Amino acid sequence: MEPLLSVRGLKTYFYLDEGTVKAVDGVDFDVFPGQIVGIVGESGCGKSVTIKSVLRLIQNPGRVVEGEILFRHQDEDGREKTIDLAQLDPHGKAIRSIRGAEIALIPQEPMASFSPVHTIGDQIMEAVLLHQDVSKEEARRISIERLHEVGMPNPEQRMKAYSWELSGGLRQRAMIAMSLACNPRLLIADEPTTAIDVTTQAQVLRLLLDLQEQHNMAVIFITHDLGVIAQIADFVVVMYLGRVMETGPVEDIFFHPQHPYTKALLESIPSIYAPAGERLPTIEGSIPHPFSRPSGCPFYPRCKAFMPGVCNTSTPQLKPINDRQAVSCFLYD
Amino acid sequence: MTQYIIKRLLLLPLLLFIFSVFAFFIIQAPPGDFVTSYIAELAASGSSMDQAQVEALREQYGLDQPMIVQYFRWVGGMLRGNFGVSLDWKRPIMELIKERLLLTVLLGAMTFIISWSLAIPIGIISATKKYSFIDYFFTVFNYMGVATPTFMTALILMWLAYSYFGVSVTGLFSPEYVDAPWSLARAMDLLKHLWLPALILALDGTARLARVMRANLLDELNKPYVEMARAKGMSEWRLVLKYPVHLAINPLVSTIGWYLPMLFSGSVIVATVLNLPTIGPLLLRSLTNQDMFLAGVIVLIYCFLAIIGTLISDVLLAWLDPRIRMEA
Ligand SMILES: Nc1ncnc2c1ncn2[C@@H]1O[C@H](COP(=O)(O)OP(=O)(O)OP(=O)(O)O)[C@@H](O)[C@H]1O
Ligand SMILES: [Mg+2]
Repeated sequence: MEPLLSVRGLKTYFYLDEGTVKAVDGVDFDVFPGQIVGIVGESGCGKSVTIKSVLRLIQNPGRVVEGEILFRHQDEDGREKTIDLAQLDPHGKAIRSIRGAEIALIPQEPMASFSPVHTIGDQIMEAVLLHQDVSKEEARRISIERLHEVGMPNPEQRMKAYSWELSGGLRQRAMIAMSLACNPRLLIADEPTTAIDVTTQAQVLRLLLDLQEQHNMAVIFITHDLGVIAQIADFVVVMYLGRVMETGPVEDIFFHPQHPYTKALLESIPSIYAPAGERLPTIEGSIPHPFSRPSGCPFYPRCKAFMPGVCNTSTPQLKPINDRQAVSCFLYD
Repeated sequence: MTQYIIKRLLLLPLLLFIFSVFAFFIIQAPPGDFVTSYIAELAASGSSMDQAQVEALREQYGLDQPMIVQYFRWVGGMLRGNFGVSLDWKRPIMELIKERLLLTVLLGAMTFIISWSLAIPIGIISATKKYSFIDYFFTVFNYMGVATPTFMTALILMWLAYSYFGVSVTGLFSPEYVDAPWSLARAMDLLKHLWLPALILALDGTARLARVMRANLLDELNKPYVEMARAKGMSEWRLVLKYPVHLAINPLVSTIGWYLPMLFSGSVIVATVLNLPTIGPLLLRSLTNQDMFLAGVIVLIYCFLAIIGTLISDVLLAWLDPRIRMEA
């Protein structure tokens, strides 16, 4: 099967007066149709920048400087054609016809991502009307149906509500309804559950899983929470400082982690089996400042398996180590 | 919404009462009264009055009564449409200010329209094209607009118009219409003259407004809802005009209220330079001559316009921003 999205060697830099922030510095991953890919990594490792690059939403002074973003585009007659999103004009018609229609985004901050002075109905209808050639009444009907589908009580009345009148959970549901407005083939959810409480979190995850199944979408699910990844993802991409450290099916990542960073990350999850009073292991050291990134492997200053003269001189590349997992580490060269 | 407007309207008489007391006592504050300055004037020209004449004059204008009585006579008269007589001009105040008031409001409205229709697009273009040539161009233009005293702009434009086009741009009417009764021809003549002083007065406000619009919009452009609109596939111009511009204008709407009164007092020098028959110069003269009844009426009209202006901007704001509507 061919991947729906294939990112190769993606680099996105921000050119600031103080220097260049290499927010994404060589990222590769694939998303297959109907698959849920979890991207996991600590705050600031470039998860959001990666997916914004895919949608070509990076604004000045940032730029996608290198790499391919190959997407299986489907035209109106259902014919498929692979296009490189990295080559498109970020303000052009081509990318705009894909955004929201074929690739939809659930943003990190649902509260601030709705306009506070427009009703949610207005904003969902707009998403429908942008890509579908339907009348206003029809768009309204579709919007209400979507709200109903995401479990919004009284969807018809809620069309008139403003985002700040809704609770966190309902707001996130409205946001999901808006993303699904045009039946996207790829849904990108950027930490969709961090802004809401734990119980609601579980409900929203459940909802996303159900919708994914019904619409047979592919999903990129971003989080820094490995617990959430375990619940939802089929395939995992582990990121650190703008690079992919390890990829693999979720069972392999959890039961046979290969990269020292993945191992460290897994050890830092609190376990209910740990003896009481034992200190939670944390990853030694802190994430380097974006302007002073180490040369070589970005993780070596914190790595237990650091090999002087190797890890700090050249950068390891992501290579398959078996038919499921790929790792970017000199231990496997 | 309707309830909100009614609530605000009910407050109006109370506010007017407070302001009328305020206006009255401010006017009363300086030592002496009109008669005192009249005597001084007479003395300067060599003649004088005896004490009996002075008392008679004071009695005639009610200046011998206690303050409270003077106040109620003043307010009572105004409620019956009698604004009193100007001691200085020896003419009914109503007659003095009627046309000037109309012209001032017209000039204010015109100035407002010009400055908003220039400043908002300038602010939008500068913000969306931040640090481009056009942004720098407008920045320089704005600083010049803020830094140049308005009366100087007026003088320069007057000189340019006179020396290159041979036209005199002072006043709001051509000479033959100055004292003519209102007619269509006179109104057309007014329109022909109104735009230049309005433009001069607008320049200063335009510059400030454009700066604020630019700053507000720059803030809004970084908000997640803008990125979300992009992620939906909206075109850049459409989304900018629909979302961030709407939110960036809201705070500006609340400044509409002070527009007219600010223009009233701020335009005194320009009105003098350009010889505009507006209220500003009249107020200045009434204050220097201690013509308290005239000054009081004008100050009260200022307050009234400020209240009406604030009401309009509050209603507009509530209409534009549902969050404010909910609070109200
Ligand atoms: N507009 C920008 N200008 C400059 N630097 C930026 C910009 N946006 C992101 N960065 C930098 O890029 C890096 C990656 O940021 P990103 O938002 O992708 O992190 P993240 O993995 O999504 O983190 P989080 O879990 O906190 O959302 C950070 O170092 C950040 O400082
Ligand atoms: Mg993020």
